[in-house]
Amino acid sequence: MTAAVTIRIQEADFDIGHEIAALTKGRTDIGAVVTFSGICRGSESGEAIAALTLEHYPGMAEAEIQRHADEAMTRWPLTGLTVVHRVGRITPGENIVVVLAASQHRQAAFQAAEFLMDYLKANAPFWKREESPKGASWIEARGHDETAAARWTKS
Amino acid sequence: MKVKYFAWVRERIGIAEETVEPPASVRTVDDLIGWLSSRGETYAYAFETPKVIRVAIDHAHVKPDAMISGAREIAFFPPMTGG
Repeated sequence: MTAAVTIRIQEADFDIGHEIAALTKGRTDIGAVVTFSGICRGSESGEAIAALTLEHYPGMAEAEIQRHADEAMTRWPLTGLTVVHRVGRITPGENIVVVLAASQHRQAAFQAAEFLMDYLKANAPFWKREESPKGASWIEARGHDETAAARWTKS
Repeated sequence: MKVKYFAWVRERIGIAEETVEPPASVRTVDDLIGWLSSRGETYAYAFETPKVIRVAIDHAHVKPDAMISGAREIAFFPPMTGG
């Protein structure tokens, strides 16, 4: 079984349809692709958001996503994985992240996509700064994101 | 060794990276945070709550008791909020 892994961190927007097509083109061993896309909301707890600015740790961010992509490959029978994460200024309605997990059957693809997103939320070195009418502030990490990531840890 | 700061840690200190040479008595990540904190008000402010600071040595997450000997690059940052 071959598995294509694509990991990109970029300022530019991406097209989810193109990413799926790139992952599946010419392949007959993929029966399921699960897509998670994260989109910038226009409000948080009733407060308007003008934009998010995402900062990352170049080098480590790519390495950490790769490490967890490799782990996903060993845990589930995947035939492909794509992770594209944007950085820089992102306005409401725009894409932030997409995870594509491909497999022969849906269960592995669903689980791997969830695993990677839980991981990205809590452990990948990215930070969001939020611009609102009150000014700009760094978004605080949420405990439930760490809890969600921890449930995948093997005991 | 090179040290890097991200997000509000970077903003509080006022620089993104620098090269430091801590004394030999600074052996762990915890020791290094203490030593950096003593370098001035901006550092003390950035590290005022050490338990919220996350640390990576050479691009890998580490715990506060990790040894820093041999490290090329140590990064300090707040809890992550990607995805």
